[in-house]
Amino acid sequence: MTNEILVKAVDVCKSFGTFQALQEVSLEVRKGEVNCIIGPSGSGKSTFLRCINLLERIDSGAIWANGELIGYRRDGNKLYEMSDAEIARQRRGIGMVFQRFNLFPHKTALENVIEGPVQVLGENPKTAREHALVLLNRVGLADKAGSYPAELSGGQQQRVAIARALGMRPSLILFDEPTSALDPELVAEVLDVMNDLAASGMTMIVVTHEMGFARNVSNTVAFMDGGRLIEHGPSARVLTQPENPRTVDFLKAVQR
Amino acid sequence: MTDTTLPQSSRDAHDIAHLEIVPRKHVGRMIFAAIVVLMVALLIRAFVVGQIEWPVVGQFLFAPAIIQGIWNTLLMTVAAMSLGIALGVLIAIMRISGNPVLEYIALVYVWIFRGAPALLQLLLWFNLALIFPTIGIPGLFEFSTVEVMTPFVAAMLGLGIQQGAYTSEVVRSGLLSVDVGQYEAARTIGMTGMQTLRRIVLPQAMRVMVPPVGNEVISMVKLTSLASVIQYSEILHNAQVIYYANTRVLELLMVASFWYLAIVTVLSLVQSRIERYYARGTRGRTTI
Repeated sequence: MTNEILVKAVDVCKSFGTFQALQEVSLEVRKGEVNCIIGPSGSGKSTFLRCINLLERIDSGAIWANGELIGYRRDGNKLYEMSDAEIARQRRGIGMVFQRFNLFPHKTALENVIEGPVQVLGENPKTAREHALVLLNRVGLADKAGSYPAELSGGQQQRVAIARALGMRPSLILFDEPTSALDPELVAEVLDVMNDLAASGMTMIVVTHEMGFARNVSNTVAFMDGGRLIEHGPSARVLTQPENPRTVDFLKAVQR
Repeated sequence: MTDTTLPQSSRDAHDIAHLEIVPRKHVGRMIFAAIVVLMVALLIRAFVVGQIEWPVVGQFLFAPAIIQGIWNTLLMTVAAMSLGIALGVLIAIMRISGNPVLEYIALVYVWIFRGAPALLQLLLWFNLALIFPTIGIPGLFEFSTVEVMTPFVAAMLGLGIQQGAYTSEVVRSGLLSVDVGQYEAARTIGMTGMQTLRRIVLPQAMRVMVPPVGNEVISMVKLTSLASVIQYSEILHNAQVIYYANTRVLELLMVASFWYLAIVTVLSLVQSRIERYYARGTRGRTTI
């Protein structure tokens, strides 16, 4: 982990109708850091993650990623909403792995991985293919390159999804509850891939219920509740000596 | 022996477990099948002994005018359906564009062209010269409407535009059938809206859209017969021209029926091929 800040959120607010999903959330993530966001369902964890790559538009506050203000161009004292193409360009450097995998069902594992590099980055299909095979090998699925998602188990699909995110050579990957939709016996294979990724120095923000992963792999843990960031710090400290009573209650409940 | 209660000894139970099983007889089914077969046989007999001269049907089956009619029917089907699909995709995208003006225009389009009968629309296009003697952009170009609005053009516009209204609903339901997670996954690898639509969403929507569009192609084949009313020389029109001359009305209608059925049969086979192509990557779900 370096001192270079890769993601910075300041006073992020977001509401859906009258429901306040995020209230003044501020967070910093450094390059190479693995940050886990934990908290009860409905606490705004996923919403915050989705704001970072503009799947949700924030109501107020600001988010920087990869050194750029996300979603807006500043001109004098005003922020102008970016165009579809500019937002698409910003998203290239931010990978995302979804709870329900969201692989493209009409494309094979290999085609899923090369789609972005070829169509968006304009890579030569042959080089993209070679790189994709390296990535599929890295997630242990070199032999499934020609399989369609429907022919793969949940764990295998999620590993392809990680390879797809890596295909764009992102500087940051967002994980939105990557193991929540998996059968219990398939969780480990996905967590193993994420461990390797963390060890390789990838910056990761992980919304998760896997306390083992938070404890053993992540550098920092952020606890969210009711749309607010309640506590944030080194994982060992937050998980073993939480300061806020709400964090204490939550950790007690999940460790029971 | 009608005793089906649990036997006292396990030996009796063992004996019962190994008795011969006699399949149920579907008496009702057999009776109904016999009645229906009899009715069909009577119907066929009626046509054979009726006052149709089958040799005449055979004689006109490959008549040059009929063959020409087949080509014109196929040409009109392709032309009107292409226009219909292009308009359908355009209107469907307008409906989900998020631009209120475009959405409203798309709604009105569907309302009007799905609401008016196809035959009436054909007549309107064919007689357009009565309201607009010339068409064009003033100062740039101008044509005499009567010259431009040939039976082919009028039929293509009439059939294609009303088809667009129907197809747009098919395309829209196809687009809506694609999971929102697919749009999001495409966005996270940096695709723009148009790339997402073209590369990710439309190919998946095709799977849902092919069966209904296939049906519409088939009904378009038959709908082209309406163009006979505005003198477009497709199968039915040419058959009519022949029977006005030789009075073999039913024989020539049989010829026309034969060719419509033949075309539809071939198209059905093509449709199932296309369905299989777009079903790739999904587990076969041809039965429930």
